[in-house]
Amino acid sequence: MFFKQGEERKWRTSFVAGLIAGGIGLQYLNPEFFTNTSGRSLLVLVLAGLLVGIGTQIGSGCTSGHGVCGIGRLSPRSLVATIVFVFAGMVLVAIIQPFYN
Amino acid sequence: MDKTTFVTFFSGVLFSIGLGISGMTQPQKVIGFLDVFGAWDISLAFVMVGGIISYLIFQLTIQKRFSTPLLAKQFYLPTQNEIDKRLIFGAVLFGIGWGLGGFCPGPAITSLGSGSLSTMAFVVSMGFGMLIADKVISQIFIPSVIKADSVDSAQK
Repeated sequence: MFFKQGEERKWRTSFVAGLIAGGIGLQYLNPEFFTNTSGRSLLVLVLAGLLVGIGTQIGSGCTSGHGVCGIGRLSPRSLVATIVFVFAGMVLVAIIQPFYN
Repeated sequence: MDKTTFVTFFSGVLFSIGLGISGMTQPQKVIGFLDVFGAWDISLAFVMVGGIISYLIFQLTIQKRFSTPLLAKQFYLPTQNEIDKRLIFGAVLFGIGWGLGGFCPGPAITSLGSGSLSTMAFVVSMGFGMLIADKVISQIFIPSVIKADSVDSAQK
């Protein structure tokens, strides 16, 4: 979104605005949609955000882009990316989760 | 509000509702899905499979029925099909961040609606990460792109 100009920037921005508006609506209906009992500290979340930002930009997609749309278009590239990020996430959680339980 | 803005805004709202109802906006659920050696909660896999199936059906139907989209000149579909180091490296970093925080981009942005400060910190950091990747880290991978381009032009 940051890197686009003109029309493309406009629709990307309105999509993100829709996501946030939907989030406000969900919060209004039932705040339990956003419970977070993961125990992650602010510092961990900032580090996680940084990795998610860098990773999705370099890898050209996330759970929605590769996982749903890419696999939905039967793209081998997206299938590989999805397997890799799910596996990486599972390995990371296997390593750190014992410290949170 | 023009038509495109309205439709994309509404798509965003619809997507956020799906993410909220399915539990993607609750990091402990996401972490539970990734926690195969712990208290594994496989339910989110069905969200993804459900999403894939509905996307597949809608996408095929729309592409069959319309040769051009209603609100743009053409369908913009990804053209890249090479499975390269860049894709793998990016996916590994994303996977680590996903397991660390329990958020991926869509649900994180949706969760801004809850007003939680820690979610805001995540999203700001994510935006910063995207900027760094775009400006700095992408440069590392440029040589292979240039190589591919020059091979391409040599063949022409």
